[in-house]
Amino acid sequence: MNDLLLNVRGARKEFPGVLALADATIDLRAGEVHALVGENGAGKSTLIKLLTGVHREDGGLIELFGEPSSVRSPIEAQRLGLATIYQEFTLIPGMTVRENLWLGREHARNGITNASWERTQAKELFERLGVRIDPDALVRSLPVSHQQLVEIGRALQSDARILIMDEPTASLSPHEVKQLFVILRDLREQGLGILFITHRLEEVFEIADRTTVLRDGSSIGTWDTTELTREHLIEHMVGRSLDQEFPKLATQAGEPVLSVRDIQAGRLQPCSFELHAGEVVGLFGLVGAGRTELARLIAGADRVESGEVRVDGKAVRIRSPRDAIRAGICLLSEDRKAEGLVLGLSSVENFSLPSLSKFANGGWINERAERSAFQKYVDTLHIRLAGMDQVAGHLSGGNQQKLLIARWLEVDSRVILFDEPTRGIDVGAKTEIYQLINQLSARGKAILMISSELPEVLGMSDRILVMHEGQLSGELVNEDTVTQEAVMQLAVT
Amino acid sequence: MENQAAKFISTYGMLIVLLLLVVLFSVLTVSEQHPSGEAAAEAMMKTMPDQRPEGLVYISGRAAAEDSAFAVAMVAGLTEIGWDEIASVHGSPSDIRARFEADLDSTITPLTVFTTQPMQASVRAIVNDLAPGSTVLVPPARRYPTFLLADNLRNIANQISVIAIIAIGMTMVIITAGIDLSVGSLIALAAVFGAWLIGQLGGTDAGAMAMLGGSLGAILLSALVGGFSGAMITTFRIPPFIATLAMMQVASGLAYIMSQGRPIYQLPDEFVGLGRGAEPVLGLPWAVLLMLALYIVAHLIISRTVYGRAIYAVGGNEEAARLAGIRVKRVLLSVYVVSGALAGLGGVVMASQLKSGAPTYGLMYELYVIAAVVVGGTSLAGGQGRIFGTLIGAFIIAVIQNGMNLTNVESYTQKVVLGLVILAAVLLDRLKHQGWRLKRIRVVK
Repeated sequence: MNDLLLNVRGARKEFPGVLALADATIDLRAGEVHALVGENGAGKSTLIKLLTGVHREDGGLIELFGEPSSVRSPIEAQRLGLATIYQEFTLIPGMTVRENLWLGREHARNGITNASWERTQAKELFERLGVRIDPDALVRSLPVSHQQLVEIGRALQSDARILIMDEPTASLSPHEVKQLFVILRDLREQGLGILFITHRLEEVFEIADRTTVLRDGSSIGTWDTTELTREHLIEHMVGRSLDQEFPKLATQAGEPVLSVRDIQAGRLQPCSFELHAGEVVGLFGLVGAGRTELARLIAGADRVESGEVRVDGKAVRIRSPRDAIRAGICLLSEDRKAEGLVLGLSSVENFSLPSLSKFANGGWINERAERSAFQKYVDTLHIRLAGMDQVAGHLSGGNQQKLLIARWLEVDSRVILFDEPTRGIDVGAKTEIYQLINQLSARGKAILMISSELPEVLGMSDRILVMHEGQLSGELVNEDTVTQEAVMQLAVT
Repeated sequence: MENQAAKFISTYGMLIVLLLLVVLFSVLTVSEQHPSGEAAAEAMMKTMPDQRPEGLVYISGRAAAEDSAFAVAMVAGLTEIGWDEIASVHGSPSDIRARFEADLDSTITPLTVFTTQPMQASVRAIVNDLAPGSTVLVPPARRYPTFLLADNLRNIANQISVIAIIAIGMTMVIITAGIDLSVGSLIALAAVFGAWLIGQLGGTDAGAMAMLGGSLGAILLSALVGGFSGAMITTFRIPPFIATLAMMQVASGLAYIMSQGRPIYQLPDEFVGLGRGAEPVLGLPWAVLLMLALYIVAHLIISRTVYGRAIYAVGGNEEAARLAGIRVKRVLLSVYVVSGALAGLGGVVMASQLKSGAPTYGLMYELYVIAAVVVGGTSLAGGQGRIFGTLIGAFIIAVIQNGMNLTNVESYTQKVVLGLVILAAVLLDRLKHQGWRLKRIRVVK
């Protein structure tokens, strides 16, 4: 078959002590979107690194455009027509779009680049993608979705025939995802083969022609997506069936714990709402609607300009995260690595960061008390560690999230603000996080859960708050009659 | 077991480097070591002829304290084994010649002369001239590395104490992902201000309280300057490099203004006790003991206290630390105060070692201090590092300098070598983190 762009048969890769990839088999045809799914640690990243030449396979066969692949580096892969768009962008924020597009491949005469040529080329490129992006804008000033399009543009202008996308929708709003899919379908029409890696299963069904599941380093199988159901797919991914993705429990909302009155800062309009004990409140909105900003204000991460926060009916002055923590409010940020954990410190040190004075006497840490406190959470939350001294940066996303939950339980927070609690967490661990959230609400915590995933919001919340352009645009009691469309309607108007 | 060995090496790899350097310089500096003083007498007594020879027996030497000690010990030793009529003569070669000539006036008999190594040649010439056939006895030499002589080791420790003390504060600053370039200038400022203050409190006649007051004043001033840097860094978000670079200029300028560009010598004799004196039991200099005590305290603080944990957290991820309720600004401010105060203490020690305070002190010391921290395995990126690693780093630098001096390496060459050693240390650290592979391997999730 000459439309087979990529053919991987039984690829194997071993790292000292770890078999990262045991038996990966996948192929990619011209003009298809092929989804690659699997839990974290299933070997997706390793497979990509073999394809792009970051690593060499230890066994198996990798064919690129019908010939055994001899790719030794990502740059070489790109030259051959295999472009990769990573989760973390490789753009240089302080340079312009145009400069980034041709970075390392400048059209230059005697070392002098041709700005006007680049400008017209960039315009053509973005027309092909159907977007308007100013070629002379600084990348830093662009929204994330546009930065991603610049990455795609960069791949296209190098005449890529294969596009590998590693979780391209992770930081996009639903609207932006829609736009991206329009572009991807268009590229598919143009004959590109797109390997699409995602954690969001609904996207698989929306965009992928075929789907390959990786589990524990081996390919479980490849299916036409139309043959698959969501339940089957999850079963293939985790190797067991998940009876219930969202194990929502009926809870009894208690007294109001947190009450926010006209809190406001920056472009965030005055917002007011209440959280009750034992209640999970979903906060939905498109990216940029101000959800994270609102949570950060309540948690003291940013300065409040005006408004009032009450905990248990008493007004609290929150001028720093420390004040918020003391008032019993904590925030689990969506960016666990940048804002949650100190990656270089051990798990136990991360656990006790805000509560350390509890384990200290006159400033001296009682490590035994610290460790035995952590051990309780390791057991009850099922945190999987190589040991308490394991560096937090080496934990999987799910375990990092659990570690952070343990941290905030130890300081006895009454109000827990979750910002995208399951982002970057694989399917099996997601359910565990949902169960934990339920346990917390059963213990009387007041929970605000920011999420961009409607099924998650609908599946988990007792009440749903919706934000639009910096203000609360609606509130729904989550009954069976509430539909995704109803929530989305509030988010876009 | 194997795993533990690997962990030990990765933790204390620099200690192994230090030991290798010690071995290297020990081998390179093996030479004839002539004992002196009582030790010389002791060695001499072990190789004595059984019988007292006929004729005159002398013990001769220079008019120096160690030769007198040799003579006293020899007389005692010889008396013990039953030799009598031992004469002792000290002074310049001509003094000794005159004495021999006077004694030989009556008889011409072979002499037996015990002397020390420095006088050996002169004494031999004299007796060969006056009484051929005489015996000249010198304490036997032994082959031993000059590097490993107790005096030299003590010297190394004393030389590095100032840098090592300041490197404690620098380690803390660097763990918070900062840097403090002002410490070299603060040495000068503290030395000058301390000397000036003691001068105001009595000068050469100043008492213990005045010296203590002057020293504390100097440390306080340095802490204030450090605090000012810290305030600039935390309040106005000025990068530490810039803020402390500015304070480096300011502090140096102040030191020159205060001293009018001249060293201040008006210090009491007792003031050198800290820098040059030693405790009586092991002969360790006070400055070295102070340094060791500070390292133990700093190690405990940084590894066992809430404050220490906060330093690592702030350096590892400032935003995460802030969101976890750590008072980031306070932590940052404090490390610059500590760094300044320890630089001030370093200045006091240096003033004590040199018995003066001059604005030229501490030039380029910030670089040696940073080098000690980096060689000791603390990452400039922040969030990791060990206090005792820094001590080892300081000693590596000191040993290399001292070893090169002993092996007569030119001072210009020394600079080249030292620079390369710093590079090698950082390279080793890099390799260690990459698992000893030259090509960088990314961690696969």
